[in-house]
Amino acid sequence: METKAFQKIYTKLSQITKATCSLKATNIGYEEMAIVHGRLAQVVKIIGDNVTLQIFSGTEGIPTNAEVIFLGRPPVLKVSEELSGRFFNAYGEPIDGGQEIDGEERQIGGPSVNPVRRKQPSEFIPTGIAGIDLNNALVTGQKIPFFADPDQPYNQVMAMVALRADADKIILGGMGLTNDDYLYYKNVFENAGALDRIISFVNTTENPPVERLLVPDMALTAAEYFAVDKNQKVLVLLTDMTLYADALSIVSNRMDQIPSKDSMPGSLYSDLAKIYEKAVQFPDGGSITIIAVTSLSGGDITHAIPDNTGYITEGQLFLRKDTDIGKVIVDPFRSLSRLKQLVIGKKTRADHPQVMNAAIRLYADAANAKTKLENGFDLTDYDERTLQFAKDYSDKLLAIDVNIEVDSMLSACWDLFNKYFKPAEVGIKQEFVDKYWPKN
Amino acid sequence: MDKTNNMTTGKVAGIIANLVFVEVDGPVHQNEICYINLSGTMLMAEVIKVMGTQAYVQVFESTRGLKINDTVEFTGHMLEVTLGPGILSKNFDGLQNDLDKMEGVFLKRGEHTNPLEDDKLWAFKPIAKPGDIVIAGSWLGEVKENWMPHKIMVPFKLEEKFTVKSIVKEGEYKINDTIAVITDSKGKEINVTMVQKWPVKIPIKAYKEKPRPFKLLETGVRVIDTLNPIAEGGTGFIPGPFGTGKTVLQHSLSKQADADMIIVAACGERANEVVEIFSEFPELDDPRTGRKLMERTTIIANTSNMPVAAREASVYTAMTLAEYYRAMGLKVLMLADSTSRWAQALREMSNRMEELPGQDAFPMDLPAIISNFYSRAGFVYLNNGASGSITFIGTVSPAGGNLKEPVTESTKKAARCFYALSQQRADSKRYPAIDPLDSYSKYAEYPEVEEYFIKNIEPEWPEKIRVARDILIRGREVAEQINILGDDGVPIDYHERFWKAEVIDFIILQQDAFDKIDCSTSLERQRYMLTSVLNIYNTKFTFETFEEVASFFKRIINQMKQMNYSEFKSEKYIKNEKELFTIIDERKIA
Ligand SMILES: Nc1ncnc2c1ncn2[C@@H]1O[C@H](COP(=O)(O)OP(=O)(O)OP(=O)(O)O)[C@@H](O)[C@H]1O
Ligand SMILES: [Mg+2]
Repeated sequence: METKAFQKIYTKLSQITKATCSLKATNIGYEEMAIVHGRLAQVVKIIGDNVTLQIFSGTEGIPTNAEVIFLGRPPVLKVSEELSGRFFNAYGEPIDGGQEIDGEERQIGGPSVNPVRRKQPSEFIPTGIAGIDLNNALVTGQKIPFFADPDQPYNQVMAMVALRADADKIILGGMGLTNDDYLYYKNVFENAGALDRIISFVNTTENPPVERLLVPDMALTAAEYFAVDKNQKVLVLLTDMTLYADALSIVSNRMDQIPSKDSMPGSLYSDLAKIYEKAVQFPDGGSITIIAVTSLSGGDITHAIPDNTGYITEGQLFLRKDTDIGKVIVDPFRSLSRLKQLVIGKKTRADHPQVMNAAIRLYADAANAKTKLENGFDLTDYDERTLQFAKDYSDKLLAIDVNIEVDSMLSACWDLFNKYFKPAEVGIKQEFVDKYWPKN
Repeated sequence: MDKTNNMTTGKVAGIIANLVFVEVDGPVHQNEICYINLSGTMLMAEVIKVMGTQAYVQVFESTRGLKINDTVEFTGHMLEVTLGPGILSKNFDGLQNDLDKMEGVFLKRGEHTNPLEDDKLWAFKPIAKPGDIVIAGSWLGEVKENWMPHKIMVPFKLEEKFTVKSIVKEGEYKINDTIAVITDSKGKEINVTMVQKWPVKIPIKAYKEKPRPFKLLETGVRVIDTLNPIAEGGTGFIPGPFGTGKTVLQHSLSKQADADMIIVAACGERANEVVEIFSEFPELDDPRTGRKLMERTTIIANTSNMPVAAREASVYTAMTLAEYYRAMGLKVLMLADSTSRWAQALREMSNRMEELPGQDAFPMDLPAIISNFYSRAGFVYLNNGASGSITFIGTVSPAGGNLKEPVTESTKKAARCFYALSQQRADSKRYPAIDPLDSYSKYAEYPEVEEYFIKNIEPEWPEKIRVARDILIRGREVAEQINILGDDGVPIDYHERFWKAEVIDFIILQQDAFDKIDCSTSLERQRYMLTSVLNIYNTKFTFETFEEVASFFKRIINQMKQMNYSEFKSEKYIKNEKELFTIIDERKIA
């Protein structure tokens, strides 16, 4: 980064900790950026003339006479159409060998949208995946994470969703991505010929973890540019938010803050909300939809990270391996899209809500039958039929390799109802039964 | 507070996020409001601690770019709201800025907008006349705000007795026009307008007495009204893990409850949920008045991405507005979603101040703060004999869904109704997911409330509720036994008992918040429904196998659900009910 002539250079650090350093300096703005010994840093505390800087890449090897240059501004991203198709690091610097971006400098982590300037989300995002479209329909302006154990193929599912969603821009915010996953995304986007609508901000496991803290704000500043200035439909992918939160806890622990649950900072809820609440539908068509990944450990959703996330996002998508069919499915019980009622049966066929509920109810009956079986009780004829239904339903609809239109999903459900049940057992409104129950 | 002296000023001496240390040159008050000048942008802040010549202030906005030695001006007053006609139907932020008056898509720091309209004319009708003796809160006159009589009162800040010297005639006036002149005992004249200010942290006490609540507040939600009723002027809270239906339930209450005015404090939750209110409420009808719901609603929106410090202020702002309307003799329902976010805001600040932390790093005095807040609700008799009330229901978002955490436990001590949302019920889509047995209403035990039921619903009502609870308890017990012993490991009448409890669950407890008819049930209909369900419970049936029991009661439930989806006593309803009787007769032992 260039330095300007009038910038004052300091060379005397008074304190160095694992994540921060302090020095005497005057006329410094809160949250201002600085370069310490060639590394980017940000002001996190000022007491009198004592300024504390958080160094994103860590303080290893920093000498007490390190050169400190204050940049006189908070972190910024240059925005313009030139962002399209480009790959950047957490600081917004190109990592694809291309040129620096020319554009307007915008502060990242800017103010929130006035709630009265929002519009109620109402546009359905079809993904082809029935576990999502049928049971957990997504809507533009929504924010929703995948809750998944690390061995689940969430990055693959997310890439698939991104490419099928009809978005003007897809912005990838990668935090602690393995290099392999990073290259996977790059490949998939390239192969799909979609690179020109993709923008990536990536922090891989090879980069210092604290740098990740900048990634969501970078990605969302770019998103706001396209959604507000260009009225575009923007889809933001954030993976993995658990690693983002881990970085938050590293910083707060090193700064001796009192941790709350699971050694996370007490401000975790607000920190995450500030990111997720950037999801928005604007009245004149622009929107930001956020699909994130929150990796779990051992499926535990009571841990502070998924727990706080669940309180912020508009539902969650659970991936689970169904051992009966040997495929990964979108779990219909634990997944929820809170905005689905704004579109299903309205933007999709009228029988959608009823078919969805009936199938899930039957799937739940199958789960009960399974428990009975495991406990050694006899199964009734109905129990047996629900079990067969569940297997088919899982394979033909819940599995993540399904890629069909919503109408086909609904017909597939009706076919399964007909195969295993009588209309009375399915319990759908008569008018829909009359219209859609297959005539044998 | 004295505003006579020259105002104190100060200089920024330290900054840690939104906690700022200010070196002051004069006296400051605890909780005084000050403005920090950041290159011309005035950031609003509140004094939360004073150490020598340093005031610790929490800034309600982002401190990005703030520098040491930036100047600070103190105002001499605490955080205040502006009270007057024009509050209804507004969307305010936590500091009572009118969000609709703000420019641009994004909220700008330091932008403060007028909560009321200075130029709007209101049709004023005098109530008091010259010579009347008045005190703080006395009604001088009224204007129509939407359709509601909005009383213009003697300012709450005025202590002692006054005499009305003059009052304007009926006519159109602006809020800052003098509508009355009153004189104190020394003959000093005070001009009264239609606006006044009041500090949010201090309760408005312009009433004569606060009896125990004794009337039912109808909410239209059956599991509340029938089984765990809340009283007018009562308090309640709704704890529940994420996604179990807190917000949907609060929205139902705000749509259906029998109140004159609804104040919704969206405190640290999702912006889209607020958008839902202000996009739907202007379209929806209030069933009682036929007016649009928005006409009786005021929203205080401090969503989760808005400044954290203002989150704490937002619930106080909302409560103060509620107290203002209560003093007009109105029935106010205030809802806050979620009070846990407010507690978390307190925690963030207390940690920054390096105070000794209590459990889960919350401030030690959290229980006291919560109970003080809940105690501002209540049913009151005003000095003129009229009554008014604030019913307050807050949600709590327990970390990890575990109810043994400080906010839930502190709230449990303060609120009298407990509506526990159960993850299990939500998972099986038994909405609203209020656990009927874990939940309680302390009001149901008040003799004065029981008397009210006997007089206003029916003499047998209290007994019927006890029976219904009993059936649910026994249903739960047999369900456990069937699980352990298997369907055929228990006598058939266990199945019957289980299914009779399921009828209550499916027909009374479960209620479709998204169905036009089922979403709200009148008290008369609730009485009829409970009676029908108990009749079925008291009927003896004959069964050969347990499978017959299940399929028989499933048909009954299905039939009664059709009734729930039909207009009460409509043709469709009566037809469905006839069919229900036919089904019952199939297995009824005469
Ligand atoms: N009464 C109901 N009828 C039908 N569906 C409901 C009902 N209550 C809740 N739901 C479903 O549950 C979802 C979550 O409900 P809600 O948003 O009220 O949860 P919450 O407890 O407020 O969650 P959070 O703590 O995350 O804010 C809704 O989007 C809706 O799909
Ligand atoms: Mg909620």
